[in-house]
Amino acid sequence: MSSSGASHKLHGLRLALGEHYRIINSNKLSQFGFWVIVVFTVIALLAPWLAPYDPWEMTYDSEGNFASLRPPSWEFPMGTTHLGYDLFSQLILATRTTLLIGVVSGFISIVIGANVGLIAGYYGGKVDEVLMRITDILYGMPFLPFIIVLIALFGRKLEFIILAIVLIIWRTSARVIRAQAMSIKQRQFIQMAKARGASDFRIIYFHILPNVMPLLLLYAAFNIAWSIITEASASFLGFGDGETISWGGMLYELWLSGKTRVAWWWFASPSVCIILLVVSLVFVSRAYEEVANPRLRKR
Amino acid sequence: MAVLELDRLSRQFELTPGFVERVIQRKKPSYIKAVERLSISIGENEILGIAGESGCGKSTTCTMVSGLLDPTEGDIRFRGNSILGLKGAAIKDYRRAVQMIFQDPYESLNPRFRIVDIVAEGPRALELWGADEIKRRSLAMLDAVGLPSGKYAERFPHELSGGERQRVGIASALVMEPEVIIADEPLSMLDVSIRAGILDLLREMQAERGFSSLYVSHDLSILGNVADRLLVMYLGQAMEIGPAEEVIRNPKHPYTKALIGAVPIPDPRSRREVPNIRGEISKPIDPPPGCRFAPRCPYANASCNETFIEMKTGDSSLHQAACHRLDEIANAGL
Ligand SMILES: Nc1ncnc2c1ncn2[C@@H]1O[C@H](COP(=O)(O)OP(=O)(O)OP(=O)(O)O)[C@@H](O)[C@H]1O
Ligand code: SF4
Ligand SMILES: [Mg+2]
Repeated sequence: MSSSGASHKLHGLRLALGEHYRIINSNKLSQFGFWVIVVFTVIALLAPWLAPYDPWEMTYDSEGNFASLRPPSWEFPMGTTHLGYDLFSQLILATRTTLLIGVVSGFISIVIGANVGLIAGYYGGKVDEVLMRITDILYGMPFLPFIIVLIALFGRKLEFIILAIVLIIWRTSARVIRAQAMSIKQRQFIQMAKARGASDFRIIYFHILPNVMPLLLLYAAFNIAWSIITEASASFLGFGDGETISWGGMLYELWLSGKTRVAWWWFASPSVCIILLVVSLVFVSRAYEEVANPRLRKR
Repeated sequence: MAVLELDRLSRQFELTPGFVERVIQRKKPSYIKAVERLSISIGENEILGIAGESGCGKSTTCTMVSGLLDPTEGDIRFRGNSILGLKGAAIKDYRRAVQMIFQDPYESLNPRFRIVDIVAEGPRALELWGADEIKRRSLAMLDAVGLPSGKYAERFPHELSGGERQRVGIASALVMEPEVIIADEPLSMLDVSIRAGILDLLREMQAERGFSSLYVSHDLSILGNVADRLLVMYLGQAMEIGPAEEVIRNPKHPYTKALIGAVPIPDPRSRREVPNIRGEISKPIDPPPGCRFAPRCPYANASCNETFIEMKTGDSSLHQAACHRLDEIANAGL
């Protein structure tokens, strides 16, 4: 890329800031979702400073008694585990892990999905056939056996959990973006770009990509939500990273402790967080979907 | 020397029969001959008009000349050199030299590009100049086509009217400093009231910048006005070519006569004889080798389906028609 191209690399890519503002404020639900995401993000960023205790620190109450299985109180706002761990601290630190996994695997999967979709949709023919055959194979792959094999081979590591999530999740975005790219490719402004001398690379990334951007953002939010759910299920089943704590991991430890029936508070907070964040992502992505797919607007 | 030469240029599209027809009825694919053995040349500074009804292959010809579609047979030469199979720098040169103006100003501008970026896209894609120079030229080009850059540069296509968009399309072609402009019905999607303005702009730019044009329209009155020479096509074949005024005033080919007969003539004294045309225009699917007009021509005889008549290129003042009964028709005073 020469200097003349590089300085304008992103000119078509940016959705104006005002446009994001308009999309998010277009309805109450997406506004709500947006602020939930902001709050969780702040918690994730500041987690080590916000958490009053270490997640695996045995806590004692003000009278010096071992705080085991305490329901929520002023001292322990979200209660404690049977080993006296402070659930509020665990939840805050778990937010960080969960968000990190969600964002990283959501981002990687949308990058892979977008590229595969754009290239398959634009070139068509043999390229399309090969790429779509690969996605078909992944579609046939159930998640749990897949992650079990991966964990068995490499151990319970964050990287491999992300890898497994990405491998499972990118396929849907690839298909959707391929369909969109195929229809945009037919539009006359692509012919015009070709007539003006734009290369395939330029057409894919400067001309088609900005036009699939709303859809891409929609699926990015979607992929993050899916990653969070997937991570939670994997962790709950004991395939999470043992070194870090996540929302799903908290539920797994509750399960192991055998106190599921007794400690409702231990169960409540991580579940509510998972639901809240996933639902918020869906609300925000719905707002973007209306931009991507104007037919929805009428409803 | 001719700037652009089309040498027996042909393009056919395969119509693949459905699976059932193919397997059970053993049907072979048929072919639409969208353009067949078209030979024309365009000189320096010349405007060649192409006229013909819908489906006669005008757009197919344009896309082949602009390098977006490969011909199935024949050759396209630019200043004497074939453009087919060009690679690397040579194809870039050709892409710059030959620019297309599109028919539909609503579909041909990328909705996510700002106006200045649409105009700058060609020079950026081909890296014609440095970034600042491209920007400067693009803004100047917008001014030149009647869109003050201060007002229009940062807008998006949906904020412009059809006529303004077509001006953007013209600017984005002309900023490349092309030697040939291909305009495929640049007015047909526009409101009648603004057509004259766009036509004037095209003419003005041509006079100022001196490029050759291929101007497609099915409006003969516009073509008679702008074109130096006129090519009349029917279902993929050239029917008649010659100096525009002569073709319109004194058409030789039975098809051209019919076509011109269908155009309102402003002068009531010069009413012309209209040969009656039978039947409907069809698609050129697996046609016989001869004259494509034969099924509808009142003068057709047995040999019309057999022989293809080739037009001569080179002499641009030549008025010729692809009909082997020209003399008979003239002599009989038909
Ligand atoms: N990609 C294609 N596949 C199959 N047939 C095609 C294709 N493109 C064009 N044709 C056929 O080729 C013939 C010529 O089409 P073309 O678009 O060149 O006509 P045109 O003269 O530009 O018509 P119009 O005035 O309607 O724009 C038509 O019969 C058309 O159906
Ligand atoms: S060649 Fe035959 S069919 Fe064709 S225009 Fe002449 S007389 Fe008619
Ligand atoms: Mg056309």
